[in-house]
Amino acid sequence: MDHSTSAQPDSAHPDHPQDPGRRDFIYIAAATVGAVGVGLVAWPFIDQMNPDEAQLALATIEVDISAVEPGMSLTVQWRGKPVFIRHRTEEEIAAARAVPLTDLKDQTARNANLPADALATDENRAAEGHEAILIMVGVCTHLGCVPLGDAGDFGGWFCPCHGSHYDTAGRIRLGPAPFNLDVPVVNFLDDATVRIG
Amino acid sequence: MEALSRWQPKSRAARWFESRLPLGSLIHSSFIAFPTPRNLNYWWTFGGILAFMLAVQIVTGIVLAMHYIPSSDGAFNSVEAIMRDVNYGWLLRYIHANGASMFFVAVYIHMFRGLYYGSYKAPREVLWIIGVLLFLLMVATAFLGYVLPWGQMSYWAATVITNLFGAIPVVGEAISTWLWGGFAVGQPLLNRFFSLHYLLPFMIAGLVVLHIWALHVPGNGNPLGINVKSRQDTLPFHPYYTTKDLFGLAVFVLFFAWFVFVQPNYLGHPDNYVPADPLVTPSHIVPEWYFLPFYAILRAIPSKLGGVIAFGGAIVVLFFVPWLDRSKVRSARFRPVFKTFFWLLVACAVGLGYLGSQPAEGSYLTISRFLTAYYFAFFLIVLPLLGKMEKTKPLPTSISEAVLNDGKTAARAEA
Repeated sequence: MDHSTSAQPDSAHPDHPQDPGRRDFIYIAAATVGAVGVGLVAWPFIDQMNPDEAQLALATIEVDISAVEPGMSLTVQWRGKPVFIRHRTEEEIAAARAVPLTDLKDQTARNANLPADALATDENRAAEGHEAILIMVGVCTHLGCVPLGDAGDFGGWFCPCHGSHYDTAGRIRLGPAPFNLDVPVVNFLDDATVRIG
Repeated sequence: MEALSRWQPKSRAARWFESRLPLGSLIHSSFIAFPTPRNLNYWWTFGGILAFMLAVQIVTGIVLAMHYIPSSDGAFNSVEAIMRDVNYGWLLRYIHANGASMFFVAVYIHMFRGLYYGSYKAPREVLWIIGVLLFLLMVATAFLGYVLPWGQMSYWAATVITNLFGAIPVVGEAISTWLWGGFAVGQPLLNRFFSLHYLLPFMIAGLVVLHIWALHVPGNGNPLGINVKSRQDTLPFHPYYTTKDLFGLAVFVLFFAWFVFVQPNYLGHPDNYVPADPLVTPSHIVPEWYFLPFYAILRAIPSKLGGVIAFGGAIVVLFFVPWLDRSKVRSARFRPVFKTFFWLLVACAVGLGYLGSQPAEGSYLTISRFLTAYYFAFFLIVLPLLGKMEKTKPLPTSISEAVLNDGKTAARAEA
């Protein structure tokens, strides 16, 4: 390319040598319409990867918990994830209540049934009206492994992947996980049946 | 180069074709007459080995896809059927699975070769950046492929890695859900991973073309790191380097074949022969060996987001190497201090690999923090400072002089 030819400032706009602004407007307007069009066409290709109707239809389950005695746990699958239903013993409840909030790494309840700023007291973690029942999504808040029950330094759960310890109220106490285990939306249909989701 | 690329086909039909599409002269000038420095050593054969490995993976992969079923109910069983029922299925799958490992053996040697000899320095910065992009695509392809057998390791690797995106503030959770197509790893994810695992190797092939193009503009670097000055410094690519590359490849294939035929599962994990179970995480999950150094970096940082940033940063920092290294001298042969730091980096990478395979606790964690710090310090502190502070050895005047005099002249110049 030879850039040394004599200056011809208006060569790009031979019809309107004095008014390049009109041409610029057309360029910008055309490019804008083009960009919006590309965006509109791209969206279906992106959104097709989001959960479809069949996935969303699996969003609630009902579980019979009448056979879960104190000290027992039940793991059910909800939205493809494990949900822990733990019938806690008196000692486990007492241990969880004895912990001052200041000892907690994450002081919010992470309970979908409560306001987002509720504190992580044992009452706010356990199912409402069923203080012995603890229902949580069994997915470690670090990188998504399933913690093991009755394990770890705090008598609750322990994630084998990267060493996160949860206490008897499912609160993170030690390790890389940033948050307490999530409590999903739960409704007791009667004393023996709970609906999750 | 222009003069060497003149090539006239002998037959009339070939001349007719050549005048319409000059494919013959392109091949002749790029792979036959191409002037190549006469002093390339065997570390330079890994580019060709990588091209061969890409072809092996594409061919075996296409064949495996004829028998594989990408469904959460059928995937594990279809892989078992490949192993037990399909004619030679065991061979094809073992070649593909061990081929991924060999691909990474070759690429790590190729990358360390580039670092040692300063292959990233002007005028080869774009060549290096395309190489880092190729490495990123390889990492993605290997990860996607590892998920497909839908064993326990597959499932939990997919879970851990897709959860990494959840660490991104604000949009993280939406990205994870989008990747899953649901609320956890399951059928939708397996299906799309299969689609993408089939796509990415062809994107790699396309980038390889650009990589070779970007190589052929300045020509090969060489172990002395000095420019080609005359025709005496070079040899035609064929037969000199076609032969050398083929010999290197043959030795490499022997190594590869040993794994395929003697120890096909040595590099894998027994847990991946257990079908995926969304309710139980294996007690000790680790990635494949080629991701272990990066996994150790991820775990060394005691914060979820920080770990993810360090994990990504460990690769992203490679893009900037051409500008982080301020030294004008390319080859480590003439950079005694750099050479020491380079071998420390190699030891650091191997050490991180070992630590990544061990539980993240106690002294393992402490040491992996030190090594992670060294990894980043090498690129962000050592490279920029050495360019200013290091006293380099004198360079030979030309490749032909250094090679044909067996280095005697260079040694005299030093004394």
